[in-house]
Amino acid sequence: MSYEAVIGLEVHVQLKTSSKMFTRASNRYGEPPNTLTNPVVMGLPGVLPVINHEAIAKTIQVGLIFGCEIAEICKWDRKHYFYPDMPKNYQISQYDQPLCLGGTVEIEMPGSARNVMGEHKNIRLTRIHLEEDVGKLTHFASDSLVDYNRAGAPLLEIVSEPEMHSAEEAFAFLTALRVNLRFVGISDCDMEKGQLRCDANVSVRRQGDNELGAKIELKNMNTISGVRNGIDFEIKRQIKALEEGKKLVQETRRWDAAGGFTTLMRTKEYAHDYRYFPDPDLMPVKIDSKWKTALASKLPELPFDIQRRFMKDYDLPYTITSVLCTDRPLSEFFEKAVQVFNKPIAIANLVANDLQRELAAARPGSPLPLEQCRIKPGQVADLVRLTNEGSISKQTAQDVFVEMFKSGEDPADIVEKKGLKQTVDAAEIEKVCTSAIEANPKAAEQFKAGREGAINALKGHVMKATRGQANPRMVDEILRRLLS
Amino acid sequence: MSDLFYKSAAELSDLLCAKEVSSVELTQAVIDRTREVDDKIHAFLSYDAEDALRQARDSDRRRADGETIGPLDGIPVAVKDVIAVKDQPLTCAAKILEKFISPYDATCIANLKRAGTVLWGRLNMDEFAMGSSTENSAFGATANPWDLERIPGGSSGGSAAGIASGESILALGSDTGGSIRQPAALCGVVGLKPTYGLISRYGLVAFASSLDQIGPLARSVEDAAMLLQTIAGHDPLDSTSFKTPIPDYRAQLKKRDGSWKLGVPVEYFGKGLDDEVRTAVEKAIAFYGEEGCEIEEVSLPHTDLAVPVYYIIATAEASSNLARYDGVRYGRRSDEVKDHVELYFKSRGEGFGREVKRRIILGTYVLSSGYYDAYYLRAQKVRTLIRDDFMKAFETVDAVLTPTSPTPAFKKGAKTEDPLAMYLSDIYTLNVNLAGLPGLSVPCGFTSEGLPIGLQIIGKPYREADLLAIAHHFDSRHDFHRQHPQL
Repeated sequence: MSYEAVIGLEVHVQLKTSSKMFTRASNRYGEPPNTLTNPVVMGLPGVLPVINHEAIAKTIQVGLIFGCEIAEICKWDRKHYFYPDMPKNYQISQYDQPLCLGGTVEIEMPGSARNVMGEHKNIRLTRIHLEEDVGKLTHFASDSLVDYNRAGAPLLEIVSEPEMHSAEEAFAFLTALRVNLRFVGISDCDMEKGQLRCDANVSVRRQGDNELGAKIELKNMNTISGVRNGIDFEIKRQIKALEEGKKLVQETRRWDAAGGFTTLMRTKEYAHDYRYFPDPDLMPVKIDSKWKTALASKLPELPFDIQRRFMKDYDLPYTITSVLCTDRPLSEFFEKAVQVFNKPIAIANLVANDLQRELAAARPGSPLPLEQCRIKPGQVADLVRLTNEGSISKQTAQDVFVEMFKSGEDPADIVEKKGLKQTVDAAEIEKVCTSAIEANPKAAEQFKAGREGAINALKGHVMKATRGQANPRMVDEILRRLLS
Repeated sequence: MSDLFYKSAAELSDLLCAKEVSSVELTQAVIDRTREVDDKIHAFLSYDAEDALRQARDSDRRRADGETIGPLDGIPVAVKDVIAVKDQPLTCAAKILEKFISPYDATCIANLKRAGTVLWGRLNMDEFAMGSSTENSAFGATANPWDLERIPGGSSGGSAAGIASGESILALGSDTGGSIRQPAALCGVVGLKPTYGLISRYGLVAFASSLDQIGPLARSVEDAAMLLQTIAGHDPLDSTSFKTPIPDYRAQLKKRDGSWKLGVPVEYFGKGLDDEVRTAVEKAIAFYGEEGCEIEEVSLPHTDLAVPVYYIIATAEASSNLARYDGVRYGRRSDEVKDHVELYFKSRGEGFGREVKRRIILGTYVLSSGYYDAYYLRAQKVRTLIRDDFMKAFETVDAVLTPTSPTPAFKKGAKTEDPLAMYLSDIYTLNVNLAGLPGLSVPCGFTSEGLPIGLQIIGKPYREADLLAIAHHFDSRHDFHRQHPQL
């Protein structure tokens, strides 16, 4: 008997805004507990929410990215439940009129090999709405502590249709979501920091059945691979249960990442009645087409579109584009450099490999943001130009790059200052080659006798004598001519 | 100078300007009066005489330096204990907030500070503004200064009684279903509930957000106009506050010199209206007729739906607004609990009074899954019909005249065991909140037992200037509001 899994994801994404959703308190990560609060965040008696329009704008942009239908009115509802992480014991959210309806997320499945592009699919979205985040609880043996720094941060809830069928698809969906949202500057989507959180609804049915199996909600998956592993485990667990003739019922389960299994949290009977009703403290916000058009015009070209264009227009290999095109500063840096000197592959290699490596090495923990590094696109283009003209070798170019990264100086200045310019004068190289042969008669004889490797001793002599400034290709040519 | 504490803010403003009286003298007079009579009245939950005198000294210093801020500079304003004043208690007359001190100012309070007023004392009220008699205060009832055996009305009973007994010159109250107008009527003072959105609700502890408004209680219509002037206006911290130009209310008090078109709704003069109240109100209406106003009968056909609609919407919003009082972050917290669920049950069980619990339960019920459409949504639709009634009447009249309360002040305890009878005390005022309109109560007579009676004037949205001018035409030609109780 074969089975089919049906998966829908519910993803929460914290928006990167300067202040919180309904008050001016700062919205940042990593501050000491309960310092990003004010009377509104703490739900003190008498306070009122005020809408953060930047958050609405960002949500509309997310809707535009994924081709959602954008609501004409942004309306707010209160969702009630008692829990210590909620200062008001209700959350301001959107119930019956989400900001974004429908839409699709383009995802890429793994290719047959690392350097082969995988299959692309569109996963439909049900809705995206905006709400406020809650605080964070830390539990101890006999009591719990609450940090309200996160409370009130603008939070997106993105709900997919139940139309994914494997953990790999769910993984690809989350990856695509993250790449797009980071690319557009909506969120940093760091799961470790709780900026992206994902619950999954997983059910299993016999292949060919039309009815869905019992919906199991999976929580506490704190990394993208955790989501993959959790769903994978759950699919296998459910299939096994069905094969054993057990009946599955709707319930919520918790992923235990350390143990690699899921455990029961609660069954359907304990479902909340959230008592939604329109928030009387907030006026609905009208979203006119002018605002939408203005927001759409600020959206950049999206990652998969850039990747297709780079492969087509610049003839870049898939592997390099998959690095370049998932990072907006990197892809823009690349294109600026190409405009200065049109050698896309060489530039792409420097940007995707050398530059990435230096950024990662520059700061322990997290890579240095590209905007903060000293190197400019035109300088990378100049470096490729110098290599291309034969002024420096590829080997030297890499060293110059490291120096450029450190000092921000132009490559030509570094080459000049350090005397790294290759000696292109063929006559001079020939002179040095002649004396090398004279000084190493044995090596010359051996080469003439057919020992190919013997030429390396002569080359070494030349390079030493020219302090590495001789073009190695030229040295090779001249030595072979003199010895033939 | 005798009885400073019974003078109007307008008179006192002139005396202060003429330097015939200092703010310290005035404030001291109010403090002394409060110390003298508040044992009987219990208008205040707390006050800080030293702090008030400090503010008064600041005002006198400004005046000496020629830097007086405005007409209310140096005049005491007492505040219902539901409006946040930084570093002062904010109990809402509830055990659950018994020890709560506000760390911030309400917007209207910030405005009063900028106007140089002396913020004086925290006035008693029904717990969380839920009630019509101030008997629901967790810290003891307030007495009506005209008859200490009777209630002062509610929920702003402390505000009305405090003005009537000379314990403050001006007071702030809040009105969700009549909580300013009904006690004003029962205590013989002027009370105004402005249009929803005219005054910022930021810092007003929410009972029912779509109905709540802060408003002035005062000794005369002119005083009410002066206080309104100081607190009205758009506030970016309240999304429901309206961007509208604020006229000079005091300058417009003589507007149109009494030539108004006034409507009398038949539905407000039916069963349940006390005969003496009816007579006094009809006399007031006749006065307007004699003064040259056109009096016209109007109909507000959905009037009788006010009570059910109000008690669905107000309780639904209250059940949500009061969810935050859980003992986790502030307020009364039960010790010796085994988990957070028990913390909620015990803290809320011990911290809320019976009426508040009743309304939380009602509100929770009407918002429950499956009932929302039948109750809340339907109530909102009827609410629109109620507003439409008024707007239709306003096509032909400038304002509507009604009794403020169906009866004069009743005896303490008379209705405490019968919530529905208590709810009916607001039958003439609820609609005004449901329709979001401004309503004002002005003293219009006394019963044979000497209890004050109020006339309610209901106006068009944001036409407080009209309302005040209509009321001023009455109180400047009568002396009901100048009478004082024997204490």
